[in-house]
Amino acid sequence: MTTGVPGAALVRQEDRRFLTGAATYVDDIDLPDMLHAAILRSPYAHARIRSIDVSRAAALDGVSAVLTYADLGPVSQPLPLLIPHPALTQPRTQYALAKDVVRYAGEAVAMVVASDRYIAEDALELIDVDYEPLPVISPGDLGAAIAPGAPLVHADVPSNIAAHLVQRVGDIDAAFARAAHVFQRRVLLERSASQPLETRGVVARFDSFERSLTVWDSTQGPISIRNGLAVLFGLPRDKVRVTAPDVGGGFGVKIMLFYPEEVLVPLAAMRLGRPVKWIEDRREHMTASNHERGQVHDISIALDADGRILGLRDVFLHDTGAYCPYGIIVPQITSCQLPGPYKLPAYYSDAIVVYTNRTPVSPYRGAGRPHGVFAMERILDYAADQLNMDRVEIRRRNFIQPDEFPYDLGLVFQDGLPTRYDSGDYPAGLERALEMIGYAQFRSEQRRAREQGRYLGIGVGCYVEGTGIGPYEGAHITIDNAGEIHVATGASTQGQGHETSFAQIVAGELDVPIEKVHVTTGDTQRFAWGTGTYASRALVVAGNAIGLAAKAVREKAIKVASYVLEVAPEDLELVGGRVRVRGMPVRGLSLAALSIASNPIRYAYGAQAPDLPATLPAREGPPLPPGEEPGLEATRYFSPQHATFASGVHAAIIEVDIQTGMVRVRKYAVLHDCGKLINPLIVEGQVSGGVAQGIGGSFYEHLDYDENGQLLNASYMDFLIPYASEVPHLEIDHIETPSPINPLGVKGAGEAGCIPVPALMAAAIEDALAPFGAVVDRMPLTPDDILKLVINNMR
Amino acid sequence: MSESGLPQQEKRVIHMRVNGAAYEAEAETRCLLSDFLRHTLRLTGTHVGCEHGVCGACTVIFDGVPIRSCLMFAVQADGGEILTVEGLSEPDGALHPLQQAFHDCHGLQCGFCTPGFLMALYAFLRDNPDPDLSDEAISEAISGNLCRCTGYQGIIAAVRSVLTTMRAGRVQPSPVVEEEERV
Repeated sequence: MTTGVPGAALVRQEDRRFLTGAATYVDDIDLPDMLHAAILRSPYAHARIRSIDVSRAAALDGVSAVLTYADLGPVSQPLPLLIPHPALTQPRTQYALAKDVVRYAGEAVAMVVASDRYIAEDALELIDVDYEPLPVISPGDLGAAIAPGAPLVHADVPSNIAAHLVQRVGDIDAAFARAAHVFQRRVLLERSASQPLETRGVVARFDSFERSLTVWDSTQGPISIRNGLAVLFGLPRDKVRVTAPDVGGGFGVKIMLFYPEEVLVPLAAMRLGRPVKWIEDRREHMTASNHERGQVHDISIALDADGRILGLRDVFLHDTGAYCPYGIIVPQITSCQLPGPYKLPAYYSDAIVVYTNRTPVSPYRGAGRPHGVFAMERILDYAADQLNMDRVEIRRRNFIQPDEFPYDLGLVFQDGLPTRYDSGDYPAGLERALEMIGYAQFRSEQRRAREQGRYLGIGVGCYVEGTGIGPYEGAHITIDNAGEIHVATGASTQGQGHETSFAQIVAGELDVPIEKVHVTTGDTQRFAWGTGTYASRALVVAGNAIGLAAKAVREKAIKVASYVLEVAPEDLELVGGRVRVRGMPVRGLSLAALSIASNPIRYAYGAQAPDLPATLPAREGPPLPPGEEPGLEATRYFSPQHATFASGVHAAIIEVDIQTGMVRVRKYAVLHDCGKLINPLIVEGQVSGGVAQGIGGSFYEHLDYDENGQLLNASYMDFLIPYASEVPHLEIDHIETPSPINPLGVKGAGEAGCIPVPALMAAAIEDALAPFGAVVDRMPLTPDDILKLVINNMR
Repeated sequence: MSESGLPQQEKRVIHMRVNGAAYEAEAETRCLLSDFLRHTLRLTGTHVGCEHGVCGACTVIFDGVPIRSCLMFAVQADGGEILTVEGLSEPDGALHPLQQAFHDCHGLQCGFCTPGFLMALYAFLRDNPDPDLSDEAISEAISGNLCRCTGYQGIIAAVRSVLTTMRAGRVQPSPVVEEEERV
């Protein structure tokens, strides 16, 4: 037995099914009579569809249906726009199947449903589409997309500008006018993608007797999907059940409403009266599941004579791809989170959101933050270098101080609420990280190495991450006749260990072993309200709802015990899963017994049921106070006032091999503050995975488009994800500045790990290659790129 | 060629022994071993991450050797002996030391890559039962498997933990699979 105290580094409750091959991912669902779908995707990045002939495909043995735009019926309108924003003046979303024009290579054009996937893919080969190729936005400089004469992604969107978002604080012109120093850089992060190991998948079944639709979807937001499908198909919400079963990673890419297949598969299941499955293959995932990163920043900084920031001006282009189904959340987050832990008396942020003939963009772990942090940290490093100041010292001079919280940046965050930092201790975080990496000793080590012809460099990156946004999540907790505690919440799970961390909250509140607590996430039949797992919010929002529900169940247990034992509530206590009389521990009832007593099944079930009536005082009527709801259960919701702001400092020492351009990370330290830790083991797992993705984004992962808009590296042979050999040992430590704006004092931890990595790796490479005067203004860098930094400066 | 112009598909009856049980089933010659295991034999513990042999999620032991089941046709496995993740724990449910170590060291998050890692490591530790393996050698050993969640920290710790237990002489590197007939 393990006591599930919040704060304990417990191993996970859910592991066994994953370790034994017994987990259930969408592709593991196999229903009688099931059909299989495959999608025909545009080979062109921009083309007009002159005609589609599906007759040969439809005639193939085993094919049940071939759908094109003309067949879409209730789903023929454009897919929805999430989170509209006044600055998004030209929103465009795609159709479930392309209507007339395709705008990126990979856009869905037709769907085949057949008796097996092999035959469905055979049939795709037999669909004849007559395309008229149209001019394509060229890759490379994003500025070309908004230049006069550029091809238009949407004929009715001038200059390909979807949105123009400006935020300003203070008098930026005055700040620059009185600055002792002004520095400017252009920096960019290339396009990349989440790439969970499990691709997307959907299974749908329609029951024509009950007129109910059941969908299994590898989504991060099953409740939104359920609500959306109910609207589209005109079904009552309770006739649509969406389950996100075991989901093999998400990292943002699975939080859409909708991807085309999420409406197409249910449509086909309803039309054909048979279950339908669609599983994305990896190549489809590379081109047809959303991407991210991809921004170019022109950033300039105004400093006083001591290196204190007077003002910061950042103008950036954000590549949103061919559509903007997720609104302008990513650039808006960039705009709000670029300032990081630093005081900016004046700030001007100007984001231009640009359509291109590339896969649409929606959040990928970090969600706009790695880009903003890259710009901010690069300009600070540059400024420090120019002022002959230590790069760390310029940060110290500009930190928001621990006594300045709450600290309002004056910016509107992604949730439409203030960007108001709730707590933190940035100076302490920095000093601890420097101690962990050995900053004080490093320069002499670096000098000795250089004498041996070895190039070591150090980089430090700081960030603040707004987490735990609303609107709300909820939870339902019920205790059964055996005393087992069942928790359900709408915040679904893609590997974050919610079955453990959520259970810890409940086990702590009800003082029971964690094994008694069973958590279900992501099944709309078990809990029907909520928005999903994204934006590092599950623990903050759902976790606090669970905490409130557990408290309510505790109060209910005491209330029922008070009534049946005829003891005042204040004389009762809940200890070890048992409500007992204070000072008389033998007199009490277990949660199981209280559940039986409060549940009108007339003592038929439960180990303690037969003896229970005899233990209760003789009383007329039911064993519940009049007007009391039956059952030991409660439902509670939590709506945060606004985001809670986690933070961290990462530092790395790297070695660059100037013969090969290879970089080896010799040491990597993470100092992380996500408020109160519920399970340090799980938090460190989250951070580690994030750092690995950050290393990918620093050296390996980018999406390479050619001048025809073709993705050249749409496979794992060419899109390189770090293996174990590329990820160093990570030293992780925490400080805890509890959030004052939620009962648990927690902040989100899901995205943190990846955020500062490209920034600090750029800094470390520059530092290592300082003898060559290397300047790093973009990430990722391949060994080739790094060699160029050496060779170009050797003369 | 068929009427559609596509090549005619041939089906064959194949036999294989998986996790000690004998199976006989029909497979199209083009059916991947991974699809055959998952959808014909319904052993869905073997996962498919990339279908082109890079991610390692579909790793199984075929005639004693770890292979990527997405790079092999089912008919090529005819007559072979296969071990999948479902066959790793004891019949009484006791976890294999590797599985236990992954649990103890938080070596998994979403779990999708986990079966591939377990099978690759099962063969590696059988062939390299060296308690003094360096972390670098461990990294190298799992460098055919992608994990997108853990940053590999917990996985390396898990292998280290198994090696430590091996040093103490408490476990064999791999179990003997019980033979049993099932058709």
